[in-house]
Amino acid sequence: MKKNYTKHRSGCEDCALNLEQLGIEVRKWDHVIALAGNPNTGKSTVFNQLTGLKQHTGNWPGKTVVRAEGGFTWNGKTFKVVDLPGTYSLLSASVDEEVARDFLLFGQPDATIVVVDATVLERNLNLVLQILEITDKVVVSLNLVDEARRKGIDVDHRRLSKDLGVPVIPTVAREGIGIGQLIETTDQVIAGEIITHPYRLKVNRKIQEALDELIPKIKRIFPDLPNARWIAMRLLDGDIRVQKALERGEWNFTAGASALDNVQVKEKVH
Amino acid sequence: MENKSGKDLIREIHHIRSGLDTNFRDMVVEDIYKNAEQIYNHSVKVLSDRKYNLDQKLDRILTSPVWGLPIMLLLLGMTFWITIVGANYPSELIARGLFWLEAQMALIMQQLGSPSWLTGFLIHGVYKGLAWVVSVMLPPMAIFFPVFTILEDFGYLPRVAFNMDWLFRKAGAHGKQALTMSMGFGCNAAGVIATRIIESPRERIIAILTNNFVPCNGRFPTLIMLATIFVAAAFPPTLASLAAAGSVVFVVLIGVAVTLIVSWALSRTILKGEASSFTLELPPYRKPSILRILYTSLIDRTLFVLWRAIFMAAPAGGVIWLLANVTVNGQTLAHLISGFLNPLGHVIGLDGTILLAYIVAIPANEIVVPTILMIYSHASTMLDITQLSQLKALLVDNAGWTLLTAVNLMLFALLHNPCSTTILTIWKETRSMRWTLIGAVMPLGLAFLVTFFVAQFVRLVF
Repeated sequence: MKKNYTKHRSGCEDCALNLEQLGIEVRKWDHVIALAGNPNTGKSTVFNQLTGLKQHTGNWPGKTVVRAEGGFTWNGKTFKVVDLPGTYSLLSASVDEEVARDFLLFGQPDATIVVVDATVLERNLNLVLQILEITDKVVVSLNLVDEARRKGIDVDHRRLSKDLGVPVIPTVAREGIGIGQLIETTDQVIAGEIITHPYRLKVNRKIQEALDELIPKIKRIFPDLPNARWIAMRLLDGDIRVQKALERGEWNFTAGASALDNVQVKEKVH
Repeated sequence: MENKSGKDLIREIHHIRSGLDTNFRDMVVEDIYKNAEQIYNHSVKVLSDRKYNLDQKLDRILTSPVWGLPIMLLLLGMTFWITIVGANYPSELIARGLFWLEAQMALIMQQLGSPSWLTGFLIHGVYKGLAWVVSVMLPPMAIFFPVFTILEDFGYLPRVAFNMDWLFRKAGAHGKQALTMSMGFGCNAAGVIATRIIESPRERIIAILTNNFVPCNGRFPTLIMLATIFVAAAFPPTLASLAAAGSVVFVVLIGVAVTLIVSWALSRTILKGEASSFTLELPPYRKPSILRILYTSLIDRTLFVLWRAIFMAAPAGGVIWLLANVTVNGQTLAHLISGFLNPLGHVIGLDGTILLAYIVAIPANEIVVPTILMIYSHASTMLDITQLSQLKALLVDNAGWTLLTAVNLMLFALLHNPCSTTILTIWKETRSMRWTLIGAVMPLGLAFLVTFFVAQFVRLVF
């Protein structure tokens, strides 16, 4: 299973890389990385590049409806990668969105890579903004930059990075370009060497007033909650799942990474 | 974590919510879009938009209110036509090869001193069942799946959903059901799993319960065979394959119509509710990558489905051999059971043999046709037929088939209960005995009802 990353067609930025793809065989890991993104962005291709697995990739929404897991080691550290279902938002209650949302909320990955399609960046940003409300440790993989260039779409990734407040790495996942930098940056975000300042949604006055009223109350009961603002937004929207979690006191942040095991993917319909 | 304070908080939220507009979600979504647009405009420059324009032009044709549906039917028809024309020859070749091997293996077992019942059960039963399934299923799948995957990779399937979602919404179901229905053409079990993309549990259950009404790949061979024998025979040879493909498209259309009607009925009776709205994103068209298509369609799909079929067909082949060889009072079990089922079969325009074949084939619908042929021929194994003219002679002259039998068998194949894998998948997805039971029994009841009325109607009028 030992594969050297340089075997892939990749630019020399990656030559020094020593990536070992572990496939599905990860028993112990140092860090957990979640992979999120819209459907059709090449998310599963990034996953395959990282882990060496062959997830089926296809051009239509709803292909990945369950989460897939794999792993790799890099620089002596082992990373577990969780490929979440591709979704357009985290607001609705379909099972695929719930799987993605629950993992980001309760699974508490050490970092989240959001894969976006550079050719249709605007609608992809909707999901990025929602994820930034949930977690700070985010790296954006600006994928399909070659296709965007061909289409005459010029994305200034530095400016985008500044606006979003998180690193943005241009990638061409199909050819392995930028994957090395993506891993390195993600590792730095996890280690705290890169401090992110995630963009906060600007909302209209009415919503802001309601949030101002609610957030302090949430923070009083759950002082360690890292995403009180998002939780408040969900509660105001009448999100039953979040409300139930609150009632049962499901949030247990002291457990750290082991909270992963508590993630229950609700598959029951009814 | 204190639950009491949690409950206080909930009360607080209800209080704040009551002072808010009801369309809070819409406001939030609108704000998210606005923020995204701002950030986008700040960092993206569009120099020229040729590809995007091409996409839009394509979409204007492929999702046009006038041309969208006809083009869809044409693409579907072409896919069947390519499958029918392309699969014919290799099917025959594989059948010949595998049945030659059967004879050789039987000979070897005989020489090794194996008793004839053991040779019969293993070689003429289990092995022959496998051989039939491989030769009937492998060529159509190896053609159908790559063609289907090209459409999928190109990005056409979301357009199908786009063209049809208004129909589903009118039926009180979710527009995305058009997508899960499309998946059902490949495999109903896959279609049932795909319903996870539907948010509302009510609409998801409608999509699950009705997925069976589009024919899956396992049922296409039955439909294609009947179309080839009865429909194509009425046309000159040059048009025969076109007519056959056309009639399969027609059956598919009936399936879609039934899907809509049943969805409509469900959403007005046991699954009442309004259709929820959704935004369906049309992904950009992409040039299909040939290597990936071959990998996906041949390894992931063809071999996967074939393996499942083989796994199911082995025991069924054994059962068929036993039914045809175990005798009670000088009559084979197959003969006895089909005689018992005959009156019921007659009422719905079929016969006892067809019903028996369906019972044996519950694990894998794809072996229905060989089973029917075997019991008809009174041979001790499944009949080896290599020419379609022979097949027609057997069915029309020996078994007394009429056009009604063929039409009703097509209808029955379209509507009857889902295969065991699909039923198991319905259970896994819903975790409810009730929905699983309804998912299995409702299509069966509908199949009997429809074929009953068609039979009575035809007998009265003609």
